Amino acid sequence: MSKTLVPAGTLYRGREGQWSWVAHRITGVVIFFFLLVHVLDTSLVRVSPEAYDAVIASYKNPIMGLGELGLVAAIVFHAFNGIRVILVDFWKKGPRYHRQMLWSVVGLWAVVMIAFSIRHLMHVFGG
Amino acid sequence: MATPTIESPRSGRVSPGYSRSSASRGNFEMIAWLFMRLSGALLVVLIFVHLYVNLVTGDGISAIDFGFVAGKWADPLWQIWDLTMLWLAMLHGTNGIRVIINDYAEKNSTRMWLKGVLYTSTVVIVVLGTLVIFTFDPCPVIDGVAHVADYCSAT
Ligand code: HEM
Ligand code: HEM
Repeated sequence: MSKTLVPAGTLYRGREGQWSWVAHRITGVVIFFFLLVHVLDTSLVRVSPEAYDAVIASYKNPIMGLGELGLVAAIVFHAFNGIRVILVDFWKKGPRYHRQMLWSVVGLWAVVMIAFSIRHLMHVFGG
Repeated sequence: MATPTIESPRSGRVSPGYSRSSASRGNFEMIAWLFMRLSGALLVVLIFVHLYVNLVTGDGISAIDFGFVAGKWADPLWQIWDLTMLWLAMLHGTNGIRVIINDYAEKNSTRMWLKGVLYTSTVVIVVLGTLVIFTFDPCPVIDGVAHVADYCSAT
């Protein structure tokens, strides 16, 4: 009796390079879908001031506040990591330092996000 | 006996299935690759300033309303800023999603459908966003009722 060979799931263990690529891809998709909705809600300024204000007001609550934090976290990571990708491609020593650059990206991202979160949550909670 | 000549690997006719670039596509993929990097570098500045002005300065998110938008778009600088950001972000994002569709959608028909939906949404959003910036009216009169704001002259 011959057994059919089913290939086991593969996981390409590319370490930091692969995980940063996955994160770059996911954040890119998230930002894209946000942007579609963002242009639609901004277009309400052409419907009427009241329509725009009503929709924007519905965003001004703690849950959306956290959503905005998540969006900014995604954008800041995608932007910093995007600069890293550009440096890997165009800077002579980029490929050699890609790993160190990734940790710089993560470090910078953390600093920016801590500072931004404090400021943003103050606005959201009316501080 | 004549010495056999050995052709270099890709000289001569390459069967179409093995050619690395078809004539019709030209170097589109290379331009797309370059565009992702150029637009990315510009978008960092455009988006970070957008987020800083709208979320960090003043009262941040709680200050955003119709009057806030009117205030910004009264200045041509912000109109051009938002227009550039709209076009670059949409083209950059659309090309990124196109690459992702090519990576994961294996059936030809699925790929065509997904890209059709993608390109349609892109055109709709870019046209809508552009029109909104250029036709914006800070003091609209809707059904005979004028919008009341201190920057609108009462007539
Ligand atoms: C939560 C974060 C964000 C807030 C609160 C916000 C707010 C706004 C506001 C109030 C406007 C109206 C005009 C102006 O202020 O310049 C606007 C327009 C715009 N924003 Fe944002 N924004 C955010 C994030 C983003 C991001 C991440 C992008 C880019 C991916 C972006 C792209 C745009 C574009 C392209 C326009 C012009 C829209 C049009 O042409 O109708 N925004 N945004
Ligand atoms: C903030 C500045 C940005 C920078 C520096 C940046 C940089 C980059 C770079 C360099 C790539 C190419 C990656 C590669 O070829 O491996 C890329 C891919 C991508 N970007 Fe951006 N980007 C930015 C903003 C955006 C925005 C606003 C969107 C959405 C509208 C977006 C969506 C995407 C998507 C979907 C991909 C494809 C990801 C993939 O193929 O894995 N990016 N970005």
